[in-house]
Order: sequence, then C-alpha cells, then structure tokens
Amino acid sequence: MTWVTIGRLEDIPVRGARCVNTPEGRIAVFRTADNEVFAMEDSCPHKRGPLSQGIVHGKSVTCPLHNWVISLESGAAQGADSGQVRTISVRNDNGTLLLELTELRVAAE
Amino acid sequence: MSEKLVIIGNGMAPGRMLEELFEKAPGAYDVTIFNAEPRVNYDRIMLSPVLSGEKSYEDIVIHDDAWYAKNGVTLLKGARVTEIDRERRIVTAADGRTASYDKLVIATGSTPIIIPVPGHQLPGVLAYRDLDDVDRMLEIARGGGRAIVIGGGLLGLEAAYGLKRQGMEVTVIHLMPTIMERQLDPPAAYMLKKALGDRGIDIITKANTKAILGTDKVEGIELDDGRIIPGDMVVMAVGIRPNTTLAHAAGLEVNRGIVVNDGMQTSDPQIYALGECAEHRGVCYGLVAPLYESARALADRLAGGSAEYLGSVTNTKLKVTGINLFSAGDFAEAPDREEIVLRDASAGVYKRLVLKDNRIVGTVLYGDTADGSWFFDLMKKGSDVSAMRDTLIFGQSFQGGAPLDPMAAVAALPDDAEICGCNGVCKGKITSTISGKGLTTLDEVRAHTKASASCGNCTGLVEQLMKLTLGDRYNPAAVTPMCGCTDLGHDDVRRLILAKGLKTIPAVMQELEWKTSCGCAKCRPALNYYLVCDWPDEYADDYQSRFINERVHANIQKDGTYSVVPRMWGGVTSAAELRAIADVVDKFQVPMVKVTGGQRIDLLGIQKEDLPAVWADLGKAGFVSGQAYAKGLRTVKTCVGSEWCRFGTQDSTGLGIRLEKFMWGSWTPAKLKLAVSGCPRNCAEATCKDIGVICVDSGFEIHFAGAAGLEIKGTEVLGMVKTEDEALEHIVALTQMYREQGRYLERIYKWAKRVGLDEIRRQIMDDAEKRKGYFDRFVFSQKFAQVDPWSERVSGKDKHEFKPLVVTGFSEAAE
Repeated sequence: MTWVTIGRLEDIPVRGARCVNTPEGRIAVFRTADNEVFAMEDSCPHKRGPLSQGIVHGKSVTCPLHNWVISLESGAAQGADSGQVRTISVRNDNGTLLLELTELRVAAE
Repeated sequence: MSEKLVIIGNGMAPGRMLEELFEKAPGAYDVTIFNAEPRVNYDRIMLSPVLSGEKSYEDIVIHDDAWYAKNGVTLLKGARVTEIDRERRIVTAADGRTASYDKLVIATGSTPIIIPVPGHQLPGVLAYRDLDDVDRMLEIARGGGRAIVIGGGLLGLEAAYGLKRQGMEVTVIHLMPTIMERQLDPPAAYMLKKALGDRGIDIITKANTKAILGTDKVEGIELDDGRIIPGDMVVMAVGIRPNTTLAHAAGLEVNRGIVVNDGMQTSDPQIYALGECAEHRGVCYGLVAPLYESARALADRLAGGSAEYLGSVTNTKLKVTGINLFSAGDFAEAPDREEIVLRDASAGVYKRLVLKDNRIVGTVLYGDTADGSWFFDLMKKGSDVSAMRDTLIFGQSFQGGAPLDPMAAVAALPDDAEICGCNGVCKGKITSTISGKGLTTLDEVRAHTKASASCGNCTGLVEQLMKLTLGDRYNPAAVTPMCGCTDLGHDDVRRLILAKGLKTIPAVMQELEWKTSCGCAKCRPALNYYLVCDWPDEYADDYQSRFINERVHANIQKDGTYSVVPRMWGGVTSAAELRAIADVVDKFQVPMVKVTGGQRIDLLGIQKEDLPAVWADLGKAGFVSGQAYAKGLRTVKTCVGSEWCRFGTQDSTGLGIRLEKFMWGSWTPAKLKLAVSGCPRNCAEATCKDIGVICVDSGFEIHFAGAAGLEIKGTEVLGMVKTEDEALEHIVALTQMYREQGRYLERIYKWAKRVGLDEIRRQIMDDAEKRKGYFDRFVFSQKFAQVDPWSERVSGKDKHEFKPLVVTGFSEAAE
C-alpha cells in the first residue's frame, strides 16, 4: 500500500465530488459540508451508477441513476437497499489530499 | 371413457366455460370445437383498442394454440357447421368435417344487423363485429378520408373513436334524440357528445338514413331530410341479432334467441346454448359479464353439478381513452322513484343515482367512475341505503360504519397481494416491516420497504396498511412533509421563504428548523428551485443541490455517458444545422443519433469529458442547449400551420418559435412541454401537453394540464384569445402562476387539479391585473435565466465538473 497525492481540498466543491482515474477504475472522492473527505469506488452496487455524480448530503451520497443512498463512511447502502461499495482510505494533510492505493493501483511505481 | 363434448363456436363465452370445466372436471370430456373464424379465441371486447391502434391482435388473444393442445381440445378452424343431426347426434360442417357428440353446446353468437337501405351492399359498408371487420376498416382508414358510423350506441361510438384515431374524419348518425339512450340519461349523453365533439367526432342525432350513395363503392349517405354526407366508409353499428338459423333448422325451440332454461339447456336435453345466441328468461345478453356468469353455470352442469343461472344485472363502460363513463340499471323517471344528483361542471363530473324503496335501481356516472363497482354491488344485492343516503353520492370512502369500512377491503387482502407494482412489494412485507422495525411514518415505510417510493399510485393503500397495523398510533399528518428533514409541507415552506425573506438554502434550513445538517437529495433540489423562482435576481443557484443532469446540462444514461440535445426552435432546422450535427457525430464518434418526441435530435453516448468540446462545436453553428434535462421549459412542438398546410388557420410554427424564444431557460416545478397546432386536426398533439394551443380561424384556443406519461390525460381549455400577442401573454402568465404555486416535481396537471381549473381560469382569463402581474414577474425572471449554459461552460464555467481530479498510475505503467 502507498499514499498517493491527488490534489487539494479546495479542488473539490463543498457537498460535491471529483474523480481519480486509476488503472483499476474510477475512484470518487467526496467532500462534505463539514469539509470531511471520503473516497470509494465510483460504482453503485445496484446498477453501477457513477456515485461521484450524485447529490452529497450529510455523510451520504444519493446515486444519480435510481436514488440509492450510500453511506460515505461505510460504503453501505442505506434503508431498504442492501449492497456495499468498497471504500478507500483518504487523508487530508493541511489541505493536501492523499489516497491510499495498492501497489497494483499505482502500477509500475 | 370420456364423453364427447362438441361446441359450435369459439367465442369468449365457450372459452370461459371450458376454462371452468377443465378446472372442475379435468378429463371428463373429449372436446371438439367448430370455429367458423380461422382463428383462436380472442377478446372481442378489445376490438375497439385494436381499431384505435392502442392494442394489436396478439394482445387480445385469450387462448393460443398451445392452450388448446395442452387441454387436448380439437379445434377445427374455418369450419362453419351447416347441420345438426339430433337423431344420430352428429354435426356436419360446410367443408364436410363431422363430429359425433354426447353433449352439444351451441355458441354461434350473433350477427350484426345491416339495415337494408338502398346501397347497403356496396363495398365499403361494414359491420363492427370481428377482426375481419377491423382489418377492413384499418385498410380503408389508411387512405384517410371520411367515415360515417350509423348508430350512436356503445359499439358505434367506440368504432367512431377508433376511426378518428386512425386519422379519418368521422360522422356518427343516430336515430334517437340522444346517444347511448339505453345506457345514459340525457345529461350524461350531452356530456359524452360534447367530449366526443372535442375529439373531433361529429354526431348528428334524430337522423334517419334514407340511402347509401355510390356506384362502385360507398361515396356517402343521404338522410331522410335530404342532407347528404360524403364518406368513404359506412359502419353499421345498430344492433345484433342472435344466430339461431342452425338451431331453428334442427327443430329446437327458438324465440328471439335459442331458448334455454336455468341450466342453459335447450328444448333438447342433450343440447345447450350459450352466449349471445341464447335467450334466457326472455333476455338475450350482449355484454360479457352475464355471458361469463352463464358460462360458469353451464360448466358446473357439464361437470355433473346443478348450478342455476338466474339472469344478470348488467353495467356498461365505454372504452374511449380519456372518457370515464359508467352506467347500470334503469334510470327512467317514475313517480315512485327518487334521484340523487351531483354535478361539478368545472371538473366535468356528473353522477346520478336512481332509488326506489331505498334501494339503488340505476346508476349513471360520468367523469368520475371510481365508485361504479360499489354502487353496482349495492344495486345487485338490493341493499337498503337509507342509513347512508345523505352521503351516498360521494361514494364508498365517505361512508362510516363497519360494513362499509374502506379498511375492510385492505384487511381482507392476503399477505402475498402485491401493493406496490413498481417495486414488487407485497402486503406481508409491508405490515411485517412496519411492526418489526416500529415504523410510524409513510417516509419510513418508503425507506425500509420501497413501497410507494416510485410512482406513488399505491400511497393510499400503503397508508391504509399503516393504519391497519398501527391502529391509533398512526396519525397521518394533515400535511405531508417535504421529506424526512422537516415536518413542513411544500406549500408551507414556499410561503415561509417569502414571508421571512429567506434567500439561501442554509437560511431556510436554519429558520425553518431543518432536522438534518444539510438536507437530502429530496429537499435540496426543491429548495433550490423555490429560491431561484422567488428571488431570481438575488439568489445564487446552488449547483450542488441540483440533480446531475441540471448540473452538467446533459442527460445521464445508464452507463454513465450523457446525451446532448440542442434546441431546434419550434422543431425547425436547416442544412447548416444538420451538417454541424453530422460533423459532431463524426468527430466524437457519437454511437447513436435519435429523433426525439419533441421534434429535435438527440446525440447519445457522449463521454462527460467530451461535453464542453461537443457544445463548443455545436455553439459555432448557433445551437444552444435544448434543456432536455431541465425541470424547466423543454420543447415547443409545432405543425407547419398556415405557412404550408392547406388546412392551417394560423402561423402555428411562428407562434411556437416565438413562445420558445420567449420562454427558454425558465425553470419550472417540473418539466414543461408546449405545442402549437395550426388547426383542430392537431398534428402537433397539443391536447396532451402541459400547455397547448389549437389555432382556429377566429383565434387561438389555449389548453393546459394535459399529460402523456405515467398518466394519460387530455388537456383542459383555459380559454380563447384573438391575437398571437394575447396568446403569448396568457401562456406566459399561466406558466408564472404555476411556477409560483407548484410544488417541486408537481406537473402542471397535478397543480391544476389541486388549485382548481376555475380558479386558474379566473386569474388568467378574467383578471387582467393579475395576469399582467404574473407576466411581468416572468419577464423579470427571464433576465437572469436566459443565459445559454453550454456557452457558459465552453467559456470555462464549472471546469472541475468535466475533468478528473487526477489520473494516476497510467503514465508510470507506460514507462
């Protein structure tokens, strides 16, 4: 595992998300109203909707395709739906954001 | 050894009888069916939807070939029986095929009556009876032209509606002073005639046909009073005559129909008669419900039982889309009868109950037929209604007391009954989740079971289940809250935003005591809209509270790509525009190009990262966003109007373009689609739009509150204006009234239903000052709304939306 710098906190809109493209797929990085940052695979367990395009509220995001609500903390689907998104550790070092990726994800490094 | 059962005829009655028989006594009979039609059993009641194009033959098949095979039935198609030999118990068909029987069922149905006026044998004179008739009608209708329907009864009117839908000009000729006089009283007949008139069907009553004109084919008809009506087709729908020839020749007792007793037996105990050919206690039935009831009795008899058919009370429903009509029993006035009448002219509702000795003997419902089956049930059972007489006309849900408890029906449902059709949730799941998780609000039930979480049609049922499960603990608040974040409903929130001068989402949440820190995906887009609408010059649109489509100005697709729809004003385009689109398609390898229902072109499968570049290219050709994603003005569909069309009365294309250029960019509670038709032929389909215009010689008829989605609803007329300027002013004012009052995601037809059509007409048509106020506020708001979102983004706005934060891992791998 290794920490990879992905950008600055202010690059992500408040209550919004940006994407990080890796060889293994897209990772969504979310910023909440309280400036907390979360990351998970950009794929809803329901029909693979891009969660990064959803509306962020509290510590949840609502998928744009069929309104599943996913917890940003646990990656678990809320309410009657069941499913799990893989979360990824993210760190905020004085505004610099770092993502914990496997060796494989950062490839040749 | 099974007995041999032969059935002559393969209509709906014997079909139902066999279903019952195979269930009661499987294998008891060896069944052979002689079918004069070359087909399997189909649903004759659904011929009208086939004629109108709403269904196909395949949709209406009841028993397919596999069904006959599975049940071991020998079906002889195209075999018309010509003789019954009662001595030897053998029937013979015209083609020589024979079958011997132990029991015989005659179900030869009926023949439509053709009035023998001069010319009745001309090609183009048709009955309306079977699929062959429908096929012939469709063939003639393909060439357009005019149709004349003789007979303003149930069947005739359905035929007229179907032919109109197929694009013909239709005139109905009816002998009596009012249409459907056997089922409808004059007020209901008046309302029906008016509704059909609105659909372009011309009805002439008190008219007797003297002759059908034409030499080689139908060219028209002449009435007794000398009037001549041109036409390419004459459909006779004046009644039916039971087919009794075969029974008569076999020496069975025949009156109007083949006489049967309560066991459906003819005068020969081995032979039964069923369906429209039979006469039971002096009555020949032509509707399906009584025929099914008698079919059940006959099946029981054939299975060795002793069921008796005692006759039926019948009711009628008209199958014309958008017209709700129910009638049952007898509603003639008489000294010993009383009546209860409810009229609501603005809602187009008329209800009449005829009582005798405190019992319902007749029911006519027009407009709102929801309680038809309940009234019909009371009538059939002869229930004494004196206890609930005062509120009877309001229907079942207004009655108190145990036997009429509306909950009873829900309580009686089995646990596996499906309540929510969208999400496939059954009753047991809902009730067990309510008690298991201690749920007390509708929103909680939606969150935990998904019931009523999609289209919402089952909300009433779900609430009843909650009441049933929770008893007094369930107290449906008078107002449904916007979402779980607040106890306030949409209307309260809107009122408080204005009253308290709240101008940001955080201000609303703070002042109105939101229960969550930053709302949810339901309330935030709603609040954002309310603030955009109420403070157009001051509020800064919160893009993070907009659904993705409105945030990136394209429509998200299932695979995460987007579709792009440029505006084509009024649906008019040019070679240069088409060339620019073609170039974009080539350059970005757009996988699919599709014409939309709103007269524009949709480019599907575009990567999010490519959107600004696509817009830049489209922008160079003059295109702006079509806002096909917006809860806002979408399209204004038009026909070619007086500019080109030989029927056009006004410049409908010009008015449509003018409206679109005036109104584009405006946000509304839900999507808003307009159309302008240049004449009442309505090629732009304006009468199912949110707002529509029908141009006529004398001006512009403004329509609104139509729907053609989850629900289908024809528009209501707002009013008539003389000039294009007035049409624009009224439409804009109506839109602003809706913008200011509508709840987020509430389409205009639902808003109109809530606030009342008359109130809207009063404010927009009759109150010039109010209208001016709405108009001015819309114009003010447009100053801030009419900015093309595509060119803004091409110039760099919201850059972060279209680019990944970082791309990592790839370059290293390549090195």
